Amino acid sequence: MNPLSVVARTVCNLFAWFLAVFGIYVIVHGHLTPGGGFQGGAVVATFMAFLLVAHGGRKMQSWVRKELFTLMECIGLTVFISAGLLGMSNTFFFNFLAKAGGLFGSTVPLGPNPGALNTSGTIALMNLSVGLEVVGGLSMILLYMFSGVHPEEPFGREETGHDR
Amino acid sequence: MSWQVHLPALLLAVPLLGAFLAPLTALGGKGLRNTWFVLVSAAFTVIAFLLWTRVGSTGTAIYVMGGQGWNLALPSGMSIPVRILMEVDAFSAFMVLLSAVAALAGALFSIAFMDRFSGLEKFVALYFLMVTGMFGMEITGDFFNFFVFLEISSVASFGLVAFWRDRGEALEAAFKYMLVSTLGALMVLVAVAFLYSKYNVVNMATLGKVIEWGMVEKTALVLFLTALAMKCGAVPMHMWMPDAYAEAPAGVTCALIAVSQASLYGLFRVTYTIFGAFMGSPVIPWVIIVLGVLSMFIGVSMAVIQKEVGRLIAYHSVSQVGYMLLGFGVGLLALSDARAMAEYGFTALKGGIYHIVNYTMYKGLLFLSAGALYYATGCRNLNDMGGLGRKMPKTMVLFMIAAAAIAGLPPFNGFVSKLYLYESTFAVHPILAVFAMVTSVLTLASFVKIFQTAFLGPALKKFENVREVPGTMLIGMSVLGVAILALSLFPTWSVNHLVEPAAKALVDQASYVGAVFAASLTGGGL
Repeated sequence: MNPLSVVARTVCNLFAWFLAVFGIYVIVHGHLTPGGGFQGGAVVATFMAFLLVAHGGRKMQSWVRKELFTLMECIGLTVFISAGLLGMSNTFFFNFLAKAGGLFGSTVPLGPNPGALNTSGTIALMNLSVGLEVVGGLSMILLYMFSGVHPEEPFGREETGHDR
Repeated sequence: MSWQVHLPALLLAVPLLGAFLAPLTALGGKGLRNTWFVLVSAAFTVIAFLLWTRVGSTGTAIYVMGGQGWNLALPSGMSIPVRILMEVDAFSAFMVLLSAVAALAGALFSIAFMDRFSGLEKFVALYFLMVTGMFGMEITGDFFNFFVFLEISSVASFGLVAFWRDRGEALEAAFKYMLVSTLGALMVLVAVAFLYSKYNVVNMATLGKVIEWGMVEKTALVLFLTALAMKCGAVPMHMWMPDAYAEAPAGVTCALIAVSQASLYGLFRVTYTIFGAFMGSPVIPWVIIVLGVLSMFIGVSMAVIQKEVGRLIAYHSVSQVGYMLLGFGVGLLALSDARAMAEYGFTALKGGIYHIVNYTMYKGLLFLSAGALYYATGCRNLNDMGGLGRKMPKTMVLFMIAAAAIAGLPPFNGFVSKLYLYESTFAVHPILAVFAMVTSVLTLASFVKIFQTAFLGPALKKFENVREVPGTMLIGMSVLGVAILALSLFPTWSVNHLVEPAAKALVDQASYVGAVFAASLTGGGL
């Protein structure tokens, strides 16, 4: 995959950030508006898709390492399951943050309102962690798909033992 | 209130945590990753055992995920459960226990077996995800979550079947398995949608209580039956099974066996617990019996002619699943008739359930020893092997135990479960018992073939440097070997403590339904 023209690259450079911001908006407002961790994460991952198409995979490989995405996946999933386990004093996945004050702990106001962001307890936390996981996972899939286009340029470390 | 009420949740949380942290432990090097692999596997085996003992002593366990209290199935005066509900009766607990043992053995075996390959942190993560899906299918109390867990275990196992991705055969097997599983999972989803459209519930216990017999239910039942029979490899839908089992790394195949048993569990949960009241008409039971007989006979006759060890054993899986379908089909036939149930139905059911545990143990061991042969010699074809008995005596002994058990030679556990099946199916129609016996003879023939070609005969020059497989692989195999011997030496204990509670739970639909509703009446004590 070769880099596109300078016009396309400039436009992608600009718009990629808008996509990232919109995706983060969808993740953070997951408990208030349609969407959530997975959908927002997929939008944020198009940030990588834009840059990959505009600049080509070789440039991309010099910018990011796939360990970064593995780390994002792991952190996201670990936060998710920890949020589940921390509710264990009642039950697994018990929403111990809701209505407790503090982080995402406000009570939802009654009647029509613009939506209070600081509500919903662990649901918001889980949206954030799923968002992080999906960004990592989909970005990694994009990079691996690139290395499938050019199998002679393996991405990351070499495989061993799979050549019998 | 003891912490043990949380066991159903822990059973899912522990392997899930194992999967999520596996890539991080890989940063600490090979030792840390392997320790994590074994530690988490041991942990979920212990949890499965505790859950089994708890269900044995206090009866059906339920667990409400995210609820105010673990048993608050009906919050705020609702008449149907709304939260994610886990329900573990004696049959579920039995399935969980034997799946956990098989998964533990597969994990122990995989450490040395997979050592020379890269990408193992992903292998460990996928392995634990598959185990999570399998446990989830066995303990969920809700059909939609059954579908979700079915997908989790399937998607993880596609990756594991295709793990040796430089082999075209492995990719083909994974692709075939993916097509079949996706089709099956979608059929399950459509069946759930049919039931949901009519009753507005997906909870199994509630459905069992309110269900009627009409076109919608019949459609749903047929979809469930086809999809789950497909997933457990019954004969016209068995074509994915030999490929996937033979191409997956041996440790994975050992766990895949347990995953296919989880589908079988789903099949019987649907037919016995949900539709049990409508089994007066013999159509569905006879469909299951015929599927069973076909699987037994076609599976074994395909197996006898195979030359590749993995494929040969994999075709036997088809035929062994046939035995269980036969037993459960006969049990289902007798379900609505108390006299027939007492005469032969319950014996058939016990035979089927006993065969599930036997099958998982000896088939897992057979695949592991086939893997050990491959690890030591590097060949899959029986024609290239010979004289390995002197080089690998421990593998040979373990293989012999498993082969004798699957062939149903008298002191071994396979004999006991097959005897139950012969006795009870004979009462329905003698031809069923004849098919079962012929299959058994052919099974013996094909395992004599493997044993004779691979282990006996003169030592071959090209195998001069072959040595016994490493210790951890032998430990993994011994876990199953010891389980087989224990089941064989104490058949009365196993029938009374393992099999009979499970069989009773399966036919007692009222208590499965009642557990959900009764628990909430006691006030959901915090």
